[in-house]
Amino acid sequence: MPSRESSATGYTRRDWGSHPPLIHPDYKSTVLRGPTKPLVPLPAGLTEMTGPVYGHEALAPHDADLTRNGARNGEPVGERIIITGRVLDERGRAVPNALIEIWQANAAGRYVHAADQHAAPLDPNFFGGGRCVTDQDGRYRFYTIKPGAYPWPNHFNAWRPNHIHLSLFGTGFLSRLVTQLYFPGDPLLDLDPIFLGTPAAARERLIARFSIDATEEGFALGYEFDIVLRGPLSTPMEG
Amino acid sequence: MADFKQTPSQTVGPYFAYGLTAKQYGYPQTSIAEGVLAGDDTEGERITLIGRVLDGEGKPIPDAMVEIWQADAQGRYAHTADPRGSNSTFVGFGRLGTGTDPQNRFLFQTVKPGAVGDGQAPHITLILFMRGLLTHLYTRVYFSDEADANAADPVLAAVSEDRRDTLVAAREDGAQGVVYRIDIHMQGPCETVFFDA
Repeated sequence: MPSRESSATGYTRRDWGSHPPLIHPDYKSTVLRGPTKPLVPLPAGLTEMTGPVYGHEALAPHDADLTRNGARNGEPVGERIIITGRVLDERGRAVPNALIEIWQANAAGRYVHAADQHAAPLDPNFFGGGRCVTDQDGRYRFYTIKPGAYPWPNHFNAWRPNHIHLSLFGTGFLSRLVTQLYFPGDPLLDLDPIFLGTPAAARERLIARFSIDATEEGFALGYEFDIVLRGPLSTPMEG
Repeated sequence: MADFKQTPSQTVGPYFAYGLTAKQYGYPQTSIAEGVLAGDDTEGERITLIGRVLDGEGKPIPDAMVEIWQADAQGRYAHTADPRGSNSTFVGFGRLGTGTDPQNRFLFQTVKPGAVGDGQAPHITLILFMRGLLTHLYTRVYFSDEADANAADPVLAAVSEDRRDTLVAAREDGAQGVVYRIDIHMQGPCETVFFDA
């Protein structure tokens, strides 16, 4: 039997200069939900370096096209956009077969979720959830509708900036990431305690870039958003 | 290397249910994973892992999402980094929100994992996401009937003795089969150990 350590050569650490703290009082829900004791360091072993693997067979035909996967009797209302980019590791190498799940509000700023009571209309032709798997170059692509801003109860006159939620599985369980994509030039970003909870130097990594190259003539505006995940220090193939 | 820095984490927020756990919550989309990990032909001892996620006031959190990842009954992971490979019917990944159970519990139906073979006791690793948590948290579930293996486990050994119990699920053998119970305390005197994994 091969050594259990043969491919377990370690994993990049969580870079706490890039991630928000566990308690950020301006975002009020963190106060009773974030742990107060220091995290206990855990060296990466097989448990952490492995993780579920989902391939293209996990997808249905329109999973990556939110302009179609919730359509009942027409097209969703709003500005059609393309979100595309690459999933990379910290050495800039492509992460193929990464599962990306997304969910978002509709153009009016309303979620399909039963708990969302914002007095903005639901869109019978927009569900707001989708997924895709990256190709061999780590590339992904979603068609969707630009989400609207919406109010939330954190403080007086609080509004979330336009955003899309993303959930990613990379190489192993330590690559796991849930994040949010924001849009350039949004005036609500400077007022949003969730965005501002991110270390200042890392915030720009959460903002997609408008791209005329990714824009489809006569159809949809394009935005590029690359995502960098933690990964193994060396891959089994590199030995 | 420095040019490619980690994309920051952001909270999963209050509205993940229809995107990540659609089937559990009754939304018209399939889910990649749910609370049932073991199929009819999965080898191993059937167990149910039951718990709640409690906030700093001890109240059950109704909008947390829990993911678990585990080896099969022989201690093998279904992943290429494990040279032994898992038996083909068991993936070992589960995902549940805490919003559909009346007591806001998660209930995973799985098999008890075997020891991986690296000196660690049998365990399940768990990731926690929720509104009010900006960066996800890693913790582990060990088993109360594995006292000898737990005593030799290097990960538990790195945890101060008075906090190790927060990582050990209590076994109950009842009419419904084997149940392991563990609550995750975000704060307070029983605050669960979370790992910088």
